[in-house]
Amino acid sequence: MKLITAIVKPFRVDEIREALQTFGVQGLTVSEASGYGRQRGHTEVYRGAEYRVDLLPKARIEVLVEDDDAEDVIDVILKKAHTGKIGDGKVWVVPVETVVRVRTGERGPDAL
Amino acid sequence: MNGADTAFVLISAPLVMLMTPGLAFFYGGMVRVKSALNMLMMSFISLGIVTVLWVLYGYSLAFGDDVGAGLLGDLGHIGFKGITPETLTGGKEGIPVFAFALFQLMFAVITPALMSGALADRVKFSAWALFITLWVSVVYFPVAHWVWQADGWLFKLKVIDFAGGTAVHINAGVGALAAVLVVGKRIGFKKDPMRPHSLPLVVLGTGLLWFGWFGFNAGSALAANGAAANMAMNTQVATGAAMLGWLAYERIRHGAFTTLGAASGAVAGLVAITPSGAAVNAFGALLIGVVAGAVCSWAVGLKFKLGFDDSLDVVGVHLVGGVIGTLLVGLLATDGVGGLTQLGRQAIGAFSVMAYSFTVSWLLAKLVDKTIGFRATEEDEISGIDQVFHAETAYDHTGVGAVTRTAAPALHRPAATPEQADREQADGERADQEQAAAPKNKKVDA
Repeated sequence: MKLITAIVKPFRVDEIREALQTFGVQGLTVSEASGYGRQRGHTEVYRGAEYRVDLLPKARIEVLVEDDDAEDVIDVILKKAHTGKIGDGKVWVVPVETVVRVRTGERGPDAL
Repeated sequence: MNGADTAFVLISAPLVMLMTPGLAFFYGGMVRVKSALNMLMMSFISLGIVTVLWVLYGYSLAFGDDVGAGLLGDLGHIGFKGITPETLTGGKEGIPVFAFALFQLMFAVITPALMSGALADRVKFSAWALFITLWVSVVYFPVAHWVWQADGWLFKLKVIDFAGGTAVHINAGVGALAAVLVVGKRIGFKKDPMRPHSLPLVVLGTGLLWFGWFGFNAGSALAANGAAANMAMNTQVATGAAMLGWLAYERIRHGAFTTLGAASGAVAGLVAITPSGAAVNAFGALLIGVVAGAVCSWAVGLKFKLGFDDSLDVVGVHLVGGVIGTLLVGLLATDGVGGLTQLGRQAIGAFSVMAYSFTVSWLLAKLVDKTIGFRATEEDEISGIDQVFHAETAYDHTGVGAVTRTAAPALHRPAATPEQADREQADGERADQEQAAAPKNKKVDA
């Protein structure tokens, strides 16, 4: 199993969620995040006084999938998160040792 | 008595009154969350203090009989002595003196409030209250006499100050500068950007100021006539133009049309058109507006260059805008009045008020500082002066702040007796059971 984590622009979250649902992903976790990449933050101006905002609002989407699905899920996310502008985000994948469904105690792929 | 004029002035006075809470929001939105209430209160308190002083001696000092050299009124009208509902200004066709006095009171209220923006975030509330008490008594009432009373020396010099460019805006702008030089900079000035906490409040305040300013400017005709109508129109024209002037400068200089810039530009235009009255035509008003917007937009940067911390740019907007308007009306006045002679008179008016107001305001601020202390402590300033001086905070955000707060001991109910406690516990358990038995209306998750 794999954990796919995507940091994306918040306004893309709904489209990504819908696309993942269509693909067959059963569940996911979305949380608010803030951070910056190479572009750093942005600048706000108040009567000429500049204010640097370093941490920008982002959304973090986490999805647990079976190994075979990982590449496809990444593709779905990339397609929907892509705007072509700076700050689109990143996706990464890490191996997961085990998953347990809290309600039933099922383990592994059955728990997804 | 002229009924139409009286009605007009009685409507204009509350319009001007509305400007002070409007100013409170204009300034209140621009400060940080931790001192938002204090900023509102620094303007709002003026409605209390100056009203009381006006009845006691303010009206008399400003509009009483001249004591000689055109510098001050006498004390003949203390407590409105000698004024009845039948007392009229200027003969049979005048308006009740009470209507005039109420209208003028609102000017006296807003002028010291204008200064408050310069001292945001860092002064003791008691010191501010004392300062404006002294300031209106020693600075505003005399200057109003100079400019608007028929015996006042600037009035006799034919200085044009229709609605208060000199007496209100230059006066307050310079007073603010003097107070700032005594009080000193905010902790973190030039290092922390001190971002405004609510631009929507700033726009709300600007809207109220703009609306009330029609009463301020047109009402100063003291008659429902063509001069009032002309002034109302000029007010709108200059303000719109100034907003565009400020935004244009900002777009070129900083690359964005900011909301704070639009609001500030509007206020700069309102300030600059104030002295002119019906003395300029619509093109004059346009020109005054655009120039004031662009120049004030540039001027707000002066504090960073020169190193004085006028927190909310009272100097950049009111002093600079007031001077621009006061001088330009000398050049642009129609009906053969405008020209170098009038420009000279306007300059005398502007600079004499600047010199007097700066000197006396500085001395008064020093006096307050040396006696009760003007400035809040460093600890209070950093943690925020709302809690210290007002025992309140502006916003109660749920979350972290809420769970760490407990009711003050005085607000706790008296300790329950054991019997009461048992009964309450039983009630609570019964309620829990009822809730558990109730049908579940919970939505089924998709």
